[in-house]
Amino acid sequence: MPSEPAAAPGERRQSDDADTDTGTDAGGDGDGVRSDGGNVPQAHTVRLELDDEPGQLLAALQPIAENGGNLLSVYHERGNVTPRGRIPVEVDLECAPDRFDAVLEGLREHGVTVTSAGTEEYGGEVTVVLVGHLIETDLSDTLQRLTECANAAVADIDLSAASGTGTGEPSSARVRLRTREGRTADVLDSVRTVADDKGFDVIEPVEGRR
Amino acid sequence: MRLAVLGAGAVGRAVADLAPSYGHAVTALADSSSAVVDPGGVDVGAALARKDAGDPLGESDPGDALAAEYDALVEATPTTLGDAEPGFSHLRTALERDRHVVLANKGPVAERFADLRALEADSAGDVYFEATVGGAIPACATVADLGPERVSAVRGVLNGTANFVLSRMAAEGLDYDHVLAEAQDLGVAEADPSFDVEGTDAALKCVILANLLREADCGSIEELRERALTLSDAAVEGIRDIPGSALDLAAEDGRTVRLVGEATRDGVRVGPRLVPENGTLAVSGTRNIVEIETEHAGGLAVSGRGAGGEETASAVLADVGRLPDPER
Repeated sequence: MPSEPAAAPGERRQSDDADTDTGTDAGGDGDGVRSDGGNVPQAHTVRLELDDEPGQLLAALQPIAENGGNLLSVYHERGNVTPRGRIPVEVDLECAPDRFDAVLEGLREHGVTVTSAGTEEYGGEVTVVLVGHLIETDLSDTLQRLTECANAAVADIDLSAASGTGTGEPSSARVRLRTREGRTADVLDSVRTVADDKGFDVIEPVEGRR
Repeated sequence: MRLAVLGAGAVGRAVADLAPSYGHAVTALADSSSAVVDPGGVDVGAALARKDAGDPLGESDPGDALAAEYDALVEATPTTLGDAEPGFSHLRTALERDRHVVLANKGPVAERFADLRALEADSAGDVYFEATVGGAIPACATVADLGPERVSAVRGVLNGTANFVLSRMAAEGLDYDHVLAEAQDLGVAEADPSFDVEGTDAALKCVILANLLREADCGSIEELRERALTLSDAAVEGIRDIPGSALDLAAEDGRTVRLVGEATRDGVRVGPRLVPENGTLAVSGTRNIVEIETEHAGGLAVSGRGAGGEETASAVLADVGRLPDPER
Protein backbone atom coordinates (compact mmCIF):
# COMPACT_ATOMS: atom_id res chain seq x y z
CA MET A 1 0.00 0.00 0.00
CA PRO A 2 1.60 3.31 -0.99
CA SER A 3 2.03 5.71 1.87
CA GLU A 4 0.32 8.92 0.82
CA PRO A 5 1.34 11.81 3.02
CA ALA A 6 -1.57 12.94 5.13
CA ALA A 7 -0.54 16.58 4.95
CA ALA A 8 -1.42 18.55 1.85
CA PRO A 9 1.40 18.16 -0.67
CA GLY A 10 1.58 21.93 -1.14
CA GLU A 11 2.47 22.45 2.48
CA ARG A 12 5.29 19.99 2.38
CA ARG A 13 6.71 21.49 -0.77
CA GLN A 14 6.73 24.91 0.84
CA SER A 15 8.58 23.76 3.89
CA ASP A 16 11.13 21.91 1.74
CA ASP A 17 11.75 25.07 -0.25
CA ALA A 18 12.11 27.11 2.89
CA ASP A 19 14.81 24.74 4.08
CA THR A 20 16.68 25.12 0.82
CA ASP A 21 16.35 28.88 0.72
CA THR A 22 17.72 29.49 4.17
CA GLY A 23 20.59 27.19 3.18
CA THR A 24 20.98 25.96 6.73
CA ASP A 25 23.83 23.55 7.08
CA ALA A 26 22.55 22.18 10.35
CA GLY A 27 22.21 18.69 8.89
CA GLY A 28 25.81 18.82 7.77
CA ASP A 29 25.74 16.18 5.07
CA GLY A 30 22.90 17.54 2.97
CA ASP A 31 21.72 14.03 2.23
CA GLY A 32 18.08 14.91 2.41
CA VAL A 33 17.92 15.05 6.19
CA ARG A 34 14.90 17.17 6.94
CA SER A 35 15.61 19.31 9.95
CA ASP A 36 11.98 20.38 10.35
CA GLY A 37 9.86 17.30 10.65
CA GLY A 38 6.68 19.30 11.36
CA ASN A 39 4.24 17.74 8.94
CA VAL A 40 6.08 14.61 7.89
CA PRO A 41 3.80 11.62 8.54
CA GLN A 42 4.83 9.43 11.44
CA ALA A 43 4.03 5.78 11.90
CA HIS A 44 2.01 4.62 14.90
CA THR A 45 0.85 1.30 16.17
CA VAL A 46 -2.58 1.18 17.75
CA ARG A 47 -4.02 -1.86 19.51
CA LEU A 48 -7.78 -2.19 19.48
CA GLU A 49 -10.30 -4.64 20.81
CA LEU A 50 -13.35 -5.52 18.76
CA ASP A 51 -16.51 -7.46 19.40
CA ASP A 52 -16.55 -10.72 17.49
CA GLU A 53 -19.34 -9.62 15.16
CA PRO A 54 -19.49 -9.06 11.42
CA GLY A 55 -18.63 -5.55 10.30
CA GLN A 56 -16.74 -4.61 13.44
CA LEU A 57 -13.35 -4.39 11.76
CA LEU A 58 -14.56 -2.14 8.97
CA ALA A 59 -16.32 0.10 11.46
CA ALA A 60 -13.11 0.40 13.45
CA LEU A 61 -10.98 1.30 10.49
CA GLN A 62 -13.26 3.95 9.05
CA PRO A 63 -12.48 6.64 11.66
CA ILE A 64 -8.79 6.33 10.89
CA ALA A 65 -9.16 7.38 7.28
CA GLU A 66 -11.78 9.98 8.15
CA ASN A 67 -9.33 11.74 10.42
CA GLY A 68 -6.43 11.87 8.02
CA GLY A 69 -4.71 8.61 8.93
CA ASN A 70 -3.20 6.30 6.33
CA LEU A 71 -3.52 2.58 7.06
CA LEU A 72 -0.28 0.67 6.73
CA SER A 73 -1.25 -2.75 8.00
CA VAL A 74 -3.88 -4.52 10.02
CA TYR A 75 -3.12 -7.59 12.07
CA HIS A 76 -6.38 -9.24 12.97
CA GLU A 77 -5.72 -11.87 15.63
CA ARG A 78 -8.92 -13.85 15.10
CA GLY A 79 -7.68 -16.91 16.89
CA ASN A 80 -6.78 -14.91 19.94
CA VAL A 81 -9.59 -13.82 22.23
CA THR A 82 -9.21 -11.52 25.23
CA PRO A 83 -10.55 -12.58 28.67
CA ARG A 84 -13.54 -10.39 27.91
CA GLY A 85 -14.26 -12.34 24.75
CA ARG A 86 -13.12 -9.68 22.37
CA ILE A 87 -10.68 -9.85 19.50
CA PRO A 88 -7.44 -7.90 19.58
CA VAL A 89 -6.39 -6.06 16.41
CA GLU A 90 -3.10 -4.33 15.80
CA VAL A 91 -3.19 -1.46 13.35
CA ASP A 92 -0.19 0.32 11.92
CA LEU A 93 -1.02 3.70 10.54
CA GLU A 94 0.71 6.80 9.40
CA CYS A 95 -0.45 10.36 9.91
CA ALA A 96 0.83 13.85 10.50
CA PRO A 97 1.82 14.26 14.17
CA ASP A 98 -0.95 16.78 14.79
CA ARG A 99 -3.62 14.39 13.46
CA PHE A 100 -2.88 11.44 15.70
CA ASP A 101 -5.02 12.67 18.60
CA ALA A 102 -7.93 13.21 16.21
CA VAL A 103 -7.55 9.64 14.93
CA LEU A 104 -7.72 8.26 18.48
CA GLU A 105 -10.64 10.55 19.31
CA GLY A 106 -12.47 9.33 16.21
CA LEU A 107 -11.95 5.69 17.20
CA ARG A 108 -13.28 6.26 20.70
CA GLU A 109 -16.28 8.20 19.37
CA HIS A 110 -17.13 5.12 17.30
CA GLY A 111 -17.06 3.02 20.43
CA VAL A 112 -13.81 1.24 19.61
CA THR A 113 -11.69 0.23 22.58
CA VAL A 114 -8.14 1.47 22.16
CA THR A 115 -5.89 -0.57 24.45
CA SER A 116 -2.60 1.05 23.56
CA ALA A 117 -1.59 3.78 21.21
CA GLY A 118 1.31 5.83 20.11
CA THR A 119 3.90 4.31 22.39
CA GLU A 120 5.15 2.01 19.65
CA GLU A 121 6.44 4.26 16.96
CA TYR A 122 7.95 2.74 13.89
CA GLY A 123 9.78 5.57 12.18
CA GLY A 124 12.12 3.39 10.14
CA GLU A 125 11.48 0.87 7.44
CA VAL A 126 13.43 -1.93 5.87
CA THR A 127 12.60 -4.27 3.00
CA VAL A 128 14.09 -7.75 2.61
CA VAL A 129 13.50 -10.58 0.18
CA LEU A 130 13.39 -14.06 1.67
CA VAL A 131 14.18 -17.03 -0.54
CA GLY A 132 13.52 -20.64 0.37
CA HIS A 133 10.77 -23.09 1.16
CA LEU A 134 8.62 -20.41 2.70
CA ILE A 135 5.24 -22.08 2.45
CA GLU A 136 6.31 -25.55 3.51
CA THR A 137 7.92 -24.07 6.62
CA ASP A 138 4.83 -22.18 7.84
CA LEU A 139 4.91 -18.64 6.54
CA SER A 140 2.70 -17.19 9.25
CA ASP A 141 4.99 -18.62 11.91
CA THR A 142 7.91 -16.97 10.10
CA LEU A 143 6.16 -13.62 10.08
CA GLN A 144 5.22 -13.92 13.73
CA ARG A 145 8.82 -14.71 14.65
CA LEU A 146 10.02 -11.74 12.64
CA THR A 147 7.63 -9.54 14.57
CA GLU A 148 8.71 -10.96 17.92
CA CYS A 149 12.45 -11.43 17.47
CA ALA A 150 13.11 -8.49 15.24
CA ASN A 151 10.93 -6.19 17.31
CA ALA A 152 9.46 -4.89 14.09
CA ALA A 153 6.04 -4.75 12.52
CA VAL A 154 5.42 -6.54 9.25
CA ALA A 155 3.96 -3.76 7.12
CA ASP A 156 3.32 -5.90 4.07
CA ILE A 157 4.41 -9.02 2.33
CA ASP A 158 4.42 -10.09 -1.31
CA LEU A 159 4.83 -13.75 -2.00
CA SER A 160 5.93 -15.26 -5.27
CA ALA A 161 5.45 -18.98 -4.93
CA ALA A 162 7.19 -21.42 -7.21
CA SER A 163 4.82 -22.88 -9.74
CA GLY A 164 3.20 -25.68 -7.75
CA THR A 165 4.53 -26.13 -4.26
CA GLY A 166 6.33 -29.33 -3.53
CA THR A 167 8.30 -28.99 -6.77
CA GLY A 168 11.39 -28.38 -4.69
CA GLU A 169 11.70 -24.92 -6.23
CA PRO A 170 12.20 -22.18 -3.67
CA SER A 171 9.69 -19.36 -3.32
CA SER A 172 10.45 -15.73 -2.66
CA ALA A 173 8.77 -13.18 -0.45
CA ARG A 174 9.35 -9.47 -0.23
CA VAL A 175 8.71 -8.33 3.32
CA ARG A 176 8.50 -4.70 4.36
CA LEU A 177 9.21 -4.23 8.04
CA ARG A 178 8.55 -1.11 10.04
CA THR A 179 11.26 -0.59 12.59
CA ARG A 180 12.13 1.83 15.30
CA GLU A 181 14.19 4.74 14.05
CA GLY A 182 17.88 3.88 13.87
CA ARG A 183 17.38 0.19 14.73
CA THR A 184 17.52 -1.18 11.20
CA ALA A 185 20.83 -2.96 11.71
CA ASP A 186 19.49 -4.82 14.78
CA VAL A 187 16.35 -5.78 12.90
CA LEU A 188 18.40 -7.16 10.01
CA ASP A 189 20.48 -9.17 12.47
CA SER A 190 17.31 -10.73 13.85
CA VAL A 191 15.94 -11.38 10.37
CA ARG A 192 19.16 -13.25 9.54
CA THR A 193 18.81 -15.32 12.71
CA VAL A 194 15.22 -16.32 11.95
CA ALA A 195 16.15 -17.06 8.33
CA ASP A 196 19.14 -19.18 9.35
CA ASP A 197 16.90 -21.12 11.66
CA LYS A 198 14.41 -21.83 8.92
CA GLY A 199 16.96 -22.39 6.19
CA PHE A 200 16.09 -19.32 4.11
CA ASP A 201 18.40 -16.99 2.27
CA VAL A 202 17.96 -13.30 2.98
CA ILE A 203 18.51 -10.68 0.33
CA GLU A 204 18.90 -7.62 2.46
CA PRO A 205 19.27 -4.00 1.44
CA VAL A 206 22.66 -2.37 1.32
CA GLU A 207 23.17 -0.57 4.58
CA GLY A 208 24.62 2.85 4.10
CA ARG A 209 25.00 6.25 5.65
CA ARG A 210 22.77 7.93 3.12
CA MET B 1 61.67 1.69 -15.81
CA ARG B 2 62.66 -1.91 -16.54
CA LEU B 3 59.90 -4.44 -15.93
CA ALA B 4 59.96 -8.20 -15.49
CA VAL B 5 56.49 -9.57 -16.20
CA LEU B 6 55.53 -12.92 -14.66
CA GLY B 7 52.42 -14.42 -16.17
CA ALA B 8 51.47 -14.31 -19.83
CA GLY B 9 47.71 -14.55 -19.51
CA ALA B 10 45.43 -11.70 -20.58
CA VAL B 11 46.85 -9.26 -18.00
CA GLY B 12 50.56 -10.13 -18.31
CA ARG B 13 50.38 -9.96 -22.10
CA ALA B 14 48.63 -6.60 -22.05
CA VAL B 15 51.16 -5.17 -19.55
CA ALA B 16 54.06 -6.30 -21.75
CA ASP B 17 52.33 -4.97 -24.86
CA LEU B 18 51.48 -1.56 -23.41
CA ALA B 19 54.64 -0.98 -21.32
CA PRO B 20 56.63 0.78 -24.09
CA SER B 21 53.80 3.29 -24.65
CA TYR B 22 54.10 4.18 -20.93
CA GLY B 23 57.86 4.67 -21.33
CA HIS B 24 58.93 1.36 -19.81
CA ALA B 25 61.03 -1.51 -21.14
CA VAL B 26 60.23 -5.20 -20.62
CA THR B 27 63.47 -7.00 -19.77
CA ALA B 28 61.86 -10.35 -18.96
CA LEU B 29 58.56 -12.08 -19.71
CA ALA B 30 57.62 -15.49 -18.35
CA ASP B 31 54.73 -17.91 -18.30
CA SER B 32 54.62 -21.09 -16.24
CA SER B 33 56.87 -23.07 -18.60
CA SER B 34 59.39 -20.71 -20.17
CA ALA B 35 60.74 -17.18 -20.30
CA VAL B 36 62.36 -14.69 -22.58
CA VAL B 37 65.01 -12.46 -21.03
CA ASP B 38 66.86 -9.58 -22.67
CA PRO B 39 68.48 -6.77 -20.64
CA GLY B 40 68.22 -4.57 -23.73
CA GLY B 41 64.46 -5.08 -24.00
CA VAL B 42 62.42 -8.13 -24.97
CA ASP B 43 60.74 -8.24 -28.37
CA VAL B 44 57.29 -8.74 -26.81
CA GLY B 45 55.43 -9.13 -30.10
CA ALA B 46 57.74 -11.90 -31.30
CA ALA B 47 57.61 -13.72 -27.95
CA LEU B 48 53.80 -13.65 -27.79
CA ALA B 49 53.60 -14.77 -31.42
CA ARG B 50 55.72 -17.80 -30.51
CA LYS B 51 53.40 -18.58 -27.60
CA ASP B 52 50.33 -18.21 -29.82
CA ALA B 53 51.88 -20.65 -32.28
CA GLY B 54 52.20 -23.19 -29.46
CA ASP B 55 55.94 -22.71 -28.95
CA PRO B 56 57.72 -21.59 -25.78
CA LEU B 57 57.90 -17.82 -25.12
CA GLY B 58 61.68 -18.06 -25.21
CA GLU B 59 64.75 -20.12 -24.47
CA SER B 60 64.99 -19.38 -20.77
CA ASP B 61 63.46 -20.96 -17.68
CA PRO B 62 60.72 -19.08 -15.81
CA GLY B 63 63.16 -18.71 -12.89
CA ASP B 64 65.54 -16.74 -15.11
CA ALA B 65 62.94 -13.99 -15.45
CA LEU B 66 62.84 -13.63 -11.67
CA ALA B 67 66.64 -13.37 -11.57
CA ALA B 68 66.86 -10.97 -14.52
CA GLU B 69 67.69 -7.26 -14.47
CA TYR B 70 64.61 -5.20 -13.68
CA ASP B 71 63.47 -2.33 -11.49
CA ALA B 72 59.98 -3.67 -10.87
CA LEU B 73 58.48 -7.13 -10.95
CA VAL B 74 54.95 -7.35 -12.32
CA GLU B 75 53.32 -10.41 -10.75
CA ALA B 76 50.40 -11.42 -12.96
CA THR B 77 50.25 -15.17 -12.40
CA PRO B 78 46.88 -16.75 -11.50
CA THR B 79 45.51 -16.01 -8.02
CA THR B 80 46.02 -18.84 -5.56
CA LEU B 81 44.59 -19.10 -2.06
CA GLY B 82 46.07 -20.21 1.26
CA ASP B 83 49.87 -19.78 1.07
CA ALA B 84 49.36 -17.81 -2.19
CA GLU B 85 52.19 -19.68 -3.90
CA PRO B 86 54.01 -19.40 -6.21
CA GLY B 87 53.07 -15.71 -6.35
CA PHE B 88 54.23 -15.04 -2.82
CA SER B 89 57.71 -16.47 -3.44
CA HIS B 90 58.05 -14.32 -6.56
CA LEU B 91 57.25 -11.26 -4.45
CA ARG B 92 59.71 -12.33 -1.77
CA THR B 93 62.54 -12.85 -4.24
CA ALA B 94 62.06 -9.42 -5.81
CA LEU B 95 61.83 -7.62 -2.46
CA GLU B 96 64.91 -9.41 -1.13
CA ARG B 97 66.71 -8.05 -4.18
CA ASP B 98 65.39 -4.59 -3.23
CA ARG B 99 63.22 -4.45 -6.32
CA HIS B 100 59.68 -3.08 -6.50
CA VAL B 101 56.69 -5.36 -6.94
CA VAL B 102 53.39 -4.58 -8.66
CA LEU B 103 50.75 -7.26 -8.16
CA ALA B 104 47.80 -8.20 -10.32
CA ASN B 105 47.63 -11.48 -8.36
CA LYS B 106 45.21 -11.13 -5.45
CA GLY B 107 46.53 -14.11 -3.44
CA PRO B 108 49.51 -12.54 -1.64
CA VAL B 109 47.56 -9.39 -0.72
CA ALA B 110 44.36 -11.07 0.42
CA GLU B 111 45.85 -14.13 2.12
CA ARG B 112 49.25 -12.95 3.47
CA PHE B 113 48.98 -9.19 3.86
CA ALA B 114 51.08 -8.91 7.03
CA ASP B 115 53.81 -11.17 5.55
CA LEU B 116 53.82 -8.96 2.48
CA ARG B 117 54.16 -5.76 4.51
CA ALA B 118 56.90 -7.30 6.68
CA LEU B 119 58.98 -8.16 3.61
CA GLU B 120 58.34 -4.72 2.15
CA ALA B 121 59.49 -3.06 5.39
CA ASP B 122 62.84 -4.86 5.14
CA SER B 123 63.32 -4.00 1.47
CA ALA B 124 64.19 -0.89 -0.49
CA GLY B 125 61.45 -1.95 -2.88
CA ASP B 126 57.80 -0.90 -2.68
CA VAL B 127 54.69 -3.00 -3.25
CA TYR B 128 51.57 -1.81 -5.08
CA PHE B 129 48.43 -3.79 -5.93
CA GLU B 130 45.85 -1.52 -7.53
CA ALA B 131 45.07 -4.12 -10.20
CA THR B 132 43.89 -6.62 -7.59
CA VAL B 133 40.67 -4.67 -6.91
CA GLY B 134 38.17 -3.68 -9.58
CA GLY B 135 40.30 -3.91 -12.71
CA ALA B 136 40.69 -0.44 -14.20
CA ILE B 137 38.98 1.28 -11.24
CA PRO B 138 41.44 3.14 -8.99
CA ALA B 139 40.04 1.74 -5.73
CA CYS B 140 43.16 1.30 -3.59
CA ALA B 141 44.71 4.55 -4.84
CA THR B 142 41.56 6.51 -4.04
CA VAL B 143 41.45 5.05 -0.53
CA ALA B 144 45.14 5.91 -0.14
CA ASP B 145 44.56 9.46 -1.42
CA LEU B 146 41.66 10.05 0.94
CA GLY B 147 43.60 8.49 3.81
CA PRO B 148 42.40 5.03 4.89
CA GLU B 149 42.05 6.31 8.46
CA ARG B 150 39.31 8.64 7.18
CA VAL B 151 37.46 5.96 5.22
CA SER B 152 34.76 4.09 7.13
CA ALA B 153 33.60 1.65 4.49
CA VAL B 154 34.17 0.58 0.92
CA ARG B 155 31.43 -1.32 -0.84
CA GLY B 156 30.72 -2.18 -4.38
CA VAL B 157 29.95 -4.50 -7.19
CA LEU B 158 33.29 -6.17 -7.76
CA ASN B 159 32.60 -9.16 -9.96
CA GLY B 160 31.58 -8.64 -13.56
CA THR B 161 30.47 -12.23 -14.16
CA ALA B 162 28.03 -12.25 -11.23
CA ASN B 163 26.78 -8.83 -12.21
CA PHE B 164 26.22 -9.89 -15.79
CA VAL B 165 24.19 -12.88 -14.63
CA LEU B 166 22.06 -10.86 -12.20
CA SER B 167 21.41 -7.98 -14.56
CA ARG B 168 20.45 -10.35 -17.41
CA MET B 169 18.17 -12.35 -15.11
CA ALA B 170 16.42 -9.16 -14.01
CA ALA B 171 16.17 -7.62 -17.48
CA GLU B 172 15.04 -10.71 -19.39
CA GLY B 173 13.20 -12.69 -16.73
CA LEU B 174 15.46 -15.66 -17.40
CA ASP B 175 16.59 -18.14 -14.78
CA TYR B 176 20.09 -18.53 -13.41
CA ASP B 177 21.15 -21.61 -15.38
CA HIS B 178 19.98 -20.13 -18.67
CA VAL B 179 21.85 -16.86 -18.19
CA LEU B 180 24.97 -18.61 -16.92
CA ALA B 181 25.09 -20.77 -20.06
CA GLU B 182 24.73 -17.62 -22.15
CA ALA B 183 27.53 -15.94 -20.19
CA GLN B 184 29.77 -18.95 -20.80
CA ASP B 185 29.02 -18.80 -24.54
CA LEU B 186 29.97 -15.12 -24.55
CA GLY B 187 33.18 -15.78 -22.63
CA VAL B 188 31.93 -13.64 -19.74
CA ALA B 189 31.86 -16.66 -17.41
CA GLU B 190 34.45 -19.40 -17.14
CA ALA B 191 33.64 -23.06 -17.73
CA ASP B 192 33.87 -23.41 -13.93
CA PRO B 193 32.25 -20.19 -12.73
CA SER B 194 32.30 -20.99 -9.01
CA PHE B 195 35.04 -18.48 -8.12
CA ASP B 196 32.81 -15.69 -9.49
CA VAL B 197 29.24 -16.78 -8.73
CA GLU B 198 29.99 -18.04 -5.23
CA GLY B 199 31.37 -14.64 -4.30
CA THR B 200 34.98 -15.72 -3.66
CA ASP B 201 36.51 -13.28 -6.13
CA ALA B 202 34.52 -10.33 -4.77
CA ALA B 203 35.38 -11.39 -1.22
CA LEU B 204 39.13 -11.44 -1.96
CA LYS B 205 38.88 -7.87 -3.25
CA CYS B 206 36.96 -6.78 -0.17
CA VAL B 207 39.49 -8.47 2.12
CA ILE B 208 42.21 -6.42 0.42
CA LEU B 209 40.21 -3.22 0.97
CA ALA B 210 39.38 -4.08 4.58
CA ASN B 211 43.07 -4.73 5.23
CA LEU B 212 43.91 -1.26 3.92
CA LEU B 213 41.42 0.23 6.40
CA ARG B 214 42.65 -1.93 9.30
CA GLU B 215 46.29 -1.22 8.49
CA ALA B 216 45.64 2.47 9.12
CA ASP B 217 44.85 1.64 12.77
CA CYS B 218 47.96 -0.50 13.30
CA GLY B 219 51.18 0.94 14.68
CA SER B 220 53.39 -2.04 13.85
CA ILE B 221 53.71 -5.14 11.70
CA GLU B 222 52.95 -7.27 14.79
CA GLU B 223 49.70 -5.45 15.30
CA LEU B 224 48.88 -5.83 11.62
CA ARG B 225 49.63 -9.54 11.87
CA GLU B 226 46.92 -9.79 14.51
CA ARG B 227 44.40 -7.67 12.72
CA ALA B 228 44.87 -8.54 9.04
CA LEU B 229 42.02 -10.53 7.50
CA THR B 230 42.05 -13.39 5.06
CA LEU B 231 39.36 -14.91 2.90
CA SER B 232 38.37 -17.25 5.73
CA ASP B 233 37.31 -14.24 7.83
CA ALA B 234 34.81 -13.05 5.22
CA ALA B 235 31.09 -13.84 5.34
CA VAL B 236 30.37 -14.83 1.77
CA GLU B 237 27.16 -15.78 -0.03
CA GLY B 238 26.93 -16.28 -3.77
CA ILE B 239 24.17 -15.85 -6.30
CA ARG B 240 23.55 -19.46 -7.33
CA ASP B 241 20.36 -19.89 -5.35
CA ILE B 242 18.59 -16.72 -6.40
CA PRO B 243 15.35 -17.57 -8.20
CA GLY B 244 13.87 -15.30 -10.84
CA SER B 245 10.92 -14.70 -8.49
CA ALA B 246 13.20 -12.84 -6.06
CA LEU B 247 14.30 -10.48 -8.82
CA ASP B 248 10.67 -9.97 -9.87
CA LEU B 249 9.64 -9.06 -6.33
CA ALA B 250 12.56 -6.66 -6.05
CA ALA B 251 11.63 -5.03 -9.38
CA GLU B 252 8.00 -4.53 -8.30
CA ASP B 253 9.39 -2.45 -5.46
CA GLY B 254 11.72 -0.34 -7.62
CA ARG B 255 14.76 -2.38 -6.65
CA THR B 256 17.05 -4.97 -8.06
CA VAL B 257 19.57 -7.46 -6.70
CA ARG B 258 23.34 -7.13 -7.00
CA LEU B 259 26.22 -9.11 -5.56
CA VAL B 260 27.56 -6.45 -3.22
CA GLY B 261 30.77 -6.67 -1.25
CA GLU B 262 31.36 -4.51 1.79
CA ALA B 263 34.66 -3.88 3.56
CA THR B 264 34.75 -2.08 6.89
CA ARG B 265 37.04 -2.18 9.89
CA ASP B 266 34.67 -4.76 11.35
CA GLY B 267 35.16 -7.17 8.51
CA VAL B 268 33.98 -8.28 5.12
CA ARG B 269 30.53 -9.31 3.94
CA VAL B 270 29.67 -10.34 0.41
CA GLY B 271 26.22 -11.40 -0.73
CA PRO B 272 23.22 -10.62 -2.88
CA ARG B 273 21.68 -7.32 -1.75
CA LEU B 274 18.68 -5.22 -2.63
CA VAL B 275 19.68 -1.95 -4.26
CA PRO B 276 17.54 0.81 -5.77
CA GLU B 277 16.95 -0.01 -9.43
CA ASN B 278 18.35 3.34 -10.56
CA GLY B 279 20.85 3.73 -7.75
CA THR B 280 24.60 3.97 -8.11
CA LEU B 281 25.20 0.33 -7.19
CA ALA B 282 22.85 -1.00 -9.87
CA VAL B 283 25.48 -1.11 -12.61
CA SER B 284 24.60 -3.44 -15.44
CA GLY B 285 26.44 -6.03 -17.48
CA THR B 286 30.04 -6.72 -16.54
CA ARG B 287 30.56 -3.23 -15.14
CA ASN B 288 31.95 -2.78 -11.62
CA ILE B 289 31.52 0.02 -9.13
CA VAL B 290 33.30 1.00 -5.94
CA GLU B 291 31.69 3.28 -3.36
CA ILE B 292 33.85 4.81 -0.67
CA GLU B 293 32.34 6.25 2.53
CA THR B 294 34.54 8.97 3.93
CA GLU B 295 34.54 10.81 7.22
CA HIS B 296 34.76 14.32 5.80
CA ALA B 297 33.64 14.04 2.21
CA GLY B 298 30.55 11.82 2.21
CA GLY B 299 30.37 9.09 -0.38
CA LEU B 300 32.44 8.78 -3.54
CA ALA B 301 31.78 6.34 -6.36
CA VAL B 302 33.93 5.17 -9.24
CA SER B 303 32.55 2.81 -11.81
CA GLY B 304 34.22 1.18 -14.76
CA ARG B 305 35.50 -2.02 -16.27
CA GLY B 306 36.41 -4.43 -13.54
CA ALA B 307 38.21 -7.01 -15.65
CA GLY B 308 39.93 -7.52 -18.97
CA GLY B 309 43.55 -7.59 -20.08
CA GLU B 310 44.12 -3.97 -21.09
CA GLU B 311 41.83 -2.62 -18.37
CA THR B 312 43.73 -4.44 -15.63
CA ALA B 313 47.06 -3.66 -17.28
CA SER B 314 46.20 0.04 -17.10
CA ALA B 315 45.95 -0.31 -13.32
CA VAL B 316 49.28 -2.20 -13.21
CA LEU B 317 50.98 0.49 -15.26
CA ALA B 318 49.44 3.23 -13.11
CA ASP B 319 51.11 1.51 -10.13
CA VAL B 320 54.43 1.37 -12.02
CA GLY B 321 54.03 5.12 -12.48
CA ARG B 322 53.68 5.53 -8.68
CA LEU B 323 57.07 3.92 -8.04
CA PRO B 324 60.07 6.13 -7.32
CA ASP B 325 62.10 6.78 -10.46
CA PRO B 326 65.31 4.70 -10.31
CA GLU B 327 67.17 7.41 -12.25
CA ARG B 328 66.87 9.89 -9.41
